[in-house]
Amino acid sequence: MAENLYGLLAEFDGPDELLKAARDAYAEGYRKMDAYSPMPIHDLSESMGYDKHRVPTIVLICAILGACSGFGLQYWVSVIDYPLNVGGRPLLSWPSFIPVTFELGVLFSAFGALIGMLILNGLPRPYHPVFNVPNFERASGDGFFLCIEAEDPKFDISETRSFLESLKAKKVDDVEP
Amino acid sequence: MGSPAPIKDPTMPAPVLGPGQTYTTVTQKLSAIITSRTPLGWIAAMLIAGAILQLLMLSATWLLIKGTGIWGLNIPVGWGWAIINFVWWIGIGHAGTLISAILLLMRQQWRNSINRFAEAMTIFAVMCAGMFPLLHTGRPWVAAYWLLPYPNTMSVWPQFRSPLIWDVFAVGTYFTVSLIFWYLGLIPDFATLRDKAKHKISQIIYGVLSMGWRGSAKHWFNYEMAALLLAGVSTPLVLSVHSIVSLDFSVGLIPGWHATIFPPYFVAGAVYAGFAMVLTLGLPIRYFYGLHDYITDRHLNNMGKVMLATGLIVAYGYAMEQFFAWYSASPYEGYMMQNRTFGPYSGTYWSLILCNVAIPQLLWIKQVRLSPSGLFIISMFINVGMWLERFIIVVTSLHRDFMPSSWDMYHSTPWDWGLYAGTIGFFLFMMILFIRVMPVINIFEIRQLVANKSKHAETASADD
Repeated sequence: MAENLYGLLAEFDGPDELLKAARDAYAEGYRKMDAYSPMPIHDLSESMGYDKHRVPTIVLICAILGACSGFGLQYWVSVIDYPLNVGGRPLLSWPSFIPVTFELGVLFSAFGALIGMLILNGLPRPYHPVFNVPNFERASGDGFFLCIEAEDPKFDISETRSFLESLKAKKVDDVEP
Repeated sequence: MGSPAPIKDPTMPAPVLGPGQTYTTVTQKLSAIITSRTPLGWIAAMLIAGAILQLLMLSATWLLIKGTGIWGLNIPVGWGWAIINFVWWIGIGHAGTLISAILLLMRQQWRNSINRFAEAMTIFAVMCAGMFPLLHTGRPWVAAYWLLPYPNTMSVWPQFRSPLIWDVFAVGTYFTVSLIFWYLGLIPDFATLRDKAKHKISQIIYGVLSMGWRGSAKHWFNYEMAALLLAGVSTPLVLSVHSIVSLDFSVGLIPGWHATIFPPYFVAGAVYAGFAMVLTLGLPIRYFYGLHDYITDRHLNNMGKVMLATGLIVAYGYAMEQFFAWYSASPYEGYMMQNRTFGPYSGTYWSLILCNVAIPQLLWIKQVRLSPSGLFIISMFINVGMWLERFIIVVTSLHRDFMPSSWDMYHSTPWDWGLYAGTIGFFLFMMILFIRVMPVINIFEIRQLVANKSKHAETASADD
């Protein structure tokens, strides 16, 4: 029975209680866990040891890639493939190429931010075990949850349950896989 | 204290959220706009907007059959309503990005309740704007090769030294980035709707749109960073878009267009027009759905102040145009300004000054900024005034340029009116549709306001 469980889901009263519970669980030595809340809570993810920002790197790479492809496109079109003498200006009239270079840099970084965020979060993911808990639909409204996963080496069904209850959880549910 | 009414602390700004709001009430109230039965008023509004939308269908079809000759365009005024309406609509869009991006970077929390529909407004306004240059080409399906760089059978490429091509990239990027930003903000709210929806089909649709969002702390961590970076790239983007639009004019040598003040003056005008449109749409929505707890007096006051500030920048722009016409000592510039102020279009010019400079001065009065009807009337004047401004810039500069032998008057036709009114119908239609199927106020950001408010309440009671 215990081997088939994804984890234990505890519900808390509000954002402050959830943040405190996440800190306590991390201090207790639990690592494989996640908190669920209807809005971002400052410091919550950091308190569980997830504090490395990787979106900015993705966005920076995309911005450079976008700007280079924007400039490269204009260079190739205006200098190599279709050279046109416009009022005696040089073929590589780079100041005129700045706007398109900038716009493509912005365009690529916006895609980088959205798609990077989705990939890092493993979305889209239509199925997840926590959705099996009937009460969990409140995580998108007014529910605050902490889930300690069975994969955690310290996880023990009865001990973890009593630990979560000691954190003043309103309710602790089994999460079917 | 036993005082009957709560004392207002003059050092604290008015609240951004009405009293007694909790996570539950916020979620219920804002998702109920979508999950409850369709109100009759909504159907009526949809029918009216749909009827106006038919004008767009009719005018566009007739245009594609007959060509741009059905419009009032002719030499010397080769850029008529199409470009006026394009600039007008693009400008309206700018307030949405300003509210969602710049105010996010400045941590202005009052933006949380108006950003969603302002962003929606941006997207629909840019759609309307995009129609005009495309239709102005007469045959949009063959215009692609000089607008977009793609390998075509004629082996020709766009001219990248032209501001018109920059425009294609700027507006295209602006539309795409606005859409991405809007969608990013909607993901958590789609998850709320997925869990609140009663009907199986709507559960599936919102479920797919939410991409399985479950509000995990790790998700929020990456999500907030993505939103912040999007705001960071959108801010220079929005400034670049209207600057590039203004370069369409100022790179040309026509008197009245060839001015270095155009980029900042256009950007300020865009924000001005955009905030007016946010109020034009927001006040009726607030009234109809009873959203007074979310769009509070504080919002009205702040939006009034932003309009006043940008309106003054625009007024400064008008003054500088007059000054430069005199200071340049160019007879063409001087004549252009004299013609604009006292010539055949002087009525339009002075209406513009009335709408954009004179009437908005009422916003100095706090009672006006707090009165919904007062703000609505002023915002309508600004909507009209900003359209007149673009008309003045386009028409008075072109109709009398260097050679008196080529001077002529510009007369619009019913088809110009039809297409313009039709895009307004399209815009309203899309907005009304949006209100019904997507949360008109960003639900998860309002929950953040609730959280902040309870924190403040705790510190306040601890001080007692």
